[in-house]
Amino acid sequence: MANFFPKWTNQLPWKLVVCLGVLGASVTAGITYYFTPKYTRVGYQPTQPVPFSHALHVQQLGMDCRYCHSFVEVASHSNVPSVQTCMSCHTQVKADSPRLTAVRAAWNGGKADGPPVNWVRIHQVPDYVYFNHAAHVNRGVSCYSCHGAVNEMAVVYQHQPQSMSWCLDCHRAPENNLRPPGEIYNMNWKAESPEQQREMGLKFKEEWDVNPPVSCGGCHR
Amino acid sequence: MLKYFFTVFAFLGLIVLAMAGFRGAKSTRPPIEIFPDMDRQPKVKAQTPSGFFANGSAARPPVDGSVPLGYTMPQQKPVDGEADASPYKKIIFSGAPDYTDTGKMGENWGTGLPFDVTPAVVGRGQERYGIYCAVCHGATGAGNGIAKQLGVATVQSLLQERIRVMSDGEIFNTITHGKNTMLGYGDRIQVPDRWAIIAYVRALQKSQGGATLSDVPEAGRAKLEAGQ
Ligand code: HEC
Ligand code: HEC
Ligand code: HEC
Ligand code: HEC
Ligand code: HEC
Ligand code: HEC
Repeated sequence: MANFFPKWTNQLPWKLVVCLGVLGASVTAGITYYFTPKYTRVGYQPTQPVPFSHALHVQQLGMDCRYCHSFVEVASHSNVPSVQTCMSCHTQVKADSPRLTAVRAAWNGGKADGPPVNWVRIHQVPDYVYFNHAAHVNRGVSCYSCHGAVNEMAVVYQHQPQSMSWCLDCHRAPENNLRPPGEIYNMNWKAESPEQQREMGLKFKEEWDVNPPVSCGGCHR
Repeated sequence: MLKYFFTVFAFLGLIVLAMAGFRGAKSTRPPIEIFPDMDRQPKVKAQTPSGFFANGSAARPPVDGSVPLGYTMPQQKPVDGEADASPYKKIIFSGAPDYTDTGKMGENWGTGLPFDVTPAVVGRGQERYGIYCAVCHGATGAGNGIAKQLGVATVQSLLQERIRVMSDGEIFNTITHGKNTMLGYGDRIQVPDRWAIIAYVRALQKSQGGATLSDVPEAGRAKLEAGQ
């Protein structure tokens, strides 16, 4: 009989196994790494129609979030400010700046009936999810926990994945994020150490009877 | 053979990495939604655009005289006495013509708060003042807030004599509708909060000139005298 399979084919089966194994492992790794909101959403930083800077207005001018996002404590929706809010100062500060053209157009000399400023929306949960800002910020969760250090952002970007597992991670252990009531809007506040944060969080959780929903009906209502 | 495989493999890996980058990298591209499911439903949510109306906004300005649903109706507003029990539980923006909502008694500005001034009310006023007024009028009311220093040149001191003697109703109207170069805050500050801010402004004025020992409650006087 002729040598039907040459000698090198002896090695073929295990080489194939190695190749397929490596390929399978890396495809799995790639999908876990990329096919998740941690990759698809985090870092989304659209170009806004007006180059508005939180770093300037919050950090340097020391403005409170609620001056602009004025209904975050009382409503489920955290509003983006009206044009009048900006014009309170910008009728006098940088009144002719080309960067504020869109704001001035919306203001229309005081009638506020121009074309609205089309801010590009960054954070957005799907429409089948019920989310409520007031329920969180009035119960000791700071903007910082969900939006990152906005006070240092010249242009806002998404800092957290806002996926279902992200919501649940906190709902199962809110003590890692609860703050003293006076520090909710203070973006520079930090607990001295993770242990101290946990200890304090557990105390608040106990005292305020914090009990975030973890059943489906809590968020999909 | 394995050598070729690993070379090609490493090469492909690099290409993927170069194209896709790392988690958290900044990007102006909107997030991909591979399975749109019912993520975006054709309904109007707060502050969304709409192609239906001429100016592209789904929100419509209320018709004159309409009362917002879900908000406290004018006649259900806390009246004197019960007000300080829960002035802040409800969201209160109303256009009623009474003193509480306009600062006017008949044709003239009235004065005095429409509910009792308690430490809680002044505390609330202090917090609200810090949010809405301090950027311009300064933490002490002296008219030296950071915005004034950076260009809002016409900001005035709230400690000047003219404002000390100004009636509460007129200040209420200034907060609601603005005055000259100051724009109004009536769309953002609830009615009881506006009065609470006035209470705090009065406290600022008293504490910086004009306060005498008789303004301090009995209980605090001894403490003050001992401290001095
Ligand atoms: C001077 C007004 C102003 C203040 C003060 C302010 N913001 Fe904003 N904020 C805006 C405007 C205008 C936008 C929309 C444009 C943009 O995204 O940059 C915005 C956008 C945002 C967004 C992104 C919204 C989206 O589309 O998902 C977040 C999050 C946010 N602000 C958080 C904060 C926090 C937290 C604070 C307080 C530390 C704060 N802002 C203070 C005006 C303000
Ligand atoms: C409390 C007053 C105040 C308010 C309210 C305010 N700004 Fe500003 N803004 C400033 C100041 C002060 C500067 C800095 C001016 C300077 O650099 O000297 C500034 C600068 C800017 C600039 C940069 C302008 C340039 O030419 O460099 C933009 C853009 C801007 N603001 C947008 C906004 C928008 C949009 C809003 C409404 C959401 C807003 N601002 C609300 C005070 C304010
Ligand atoms: C528990 C997490 C959480 C906290 C705390 C939180 N946010 Fe949000 N924020 C979200 C989520 C989730 C969305 C997307 C909401 C949606 O799609 O309706 C969002 C959206 C926003 C938006 C965009 C709304 C729009 O229409 O463009 C703004 C502005 C905002 N948040 C500001 C704030 C501010 C200011 C604070 C602090 C006072 C805050 N948020 C605290 C989770 C949070
Ligand atoms: C950083 C922590 C944290 C994150 C992140 C978070 N939550 Fe919560 N959530 C809380 C806390 C704390 C409460 C308050 C529980 C209470 O009042 O007892 C709460 C309450 C709620 C409630 C009940 C509110 C009500 O009206 O009864 C809903 C619904 C909810 N969260 C939805 C969400 C969704 C959806 C997300 C993700 C987009 C999310 N949460 C992310 C901490 C968090
Ligand atoms: C803390 C709030 C919360 C709770 C509790 C919750 N969900 Fe969700 N769910 C979310 C959010 C937020 C999303 C959107 C995730 C995203 O866009 O990445 C979601 C998405 C989903 C989706 C759609 C996933 C997709 O991409 O198509 C399903 C299905 C779902 N949830 C089922 C459930 C079930 C079943 C339960 C109960 C075991 C549950 N959820 C409990 C917040 C919650
Ligand atoms: C954006 C800056 C700004 C903010 C914020 C602001 N003001 Fe003013 N305020 C002004 C300016 C400018 C004037 C001077 C108006 C004029 O006479 O042209 C003024 C004047 C006043 C006056 C005197 C009005 C008169 O009759 O002469 C009062 C009272 C007052 N402000 C109260 C307040 C209160 C209370 C708040 C907080 C709710 C507030 N202001 C927030 C800019 C501001």
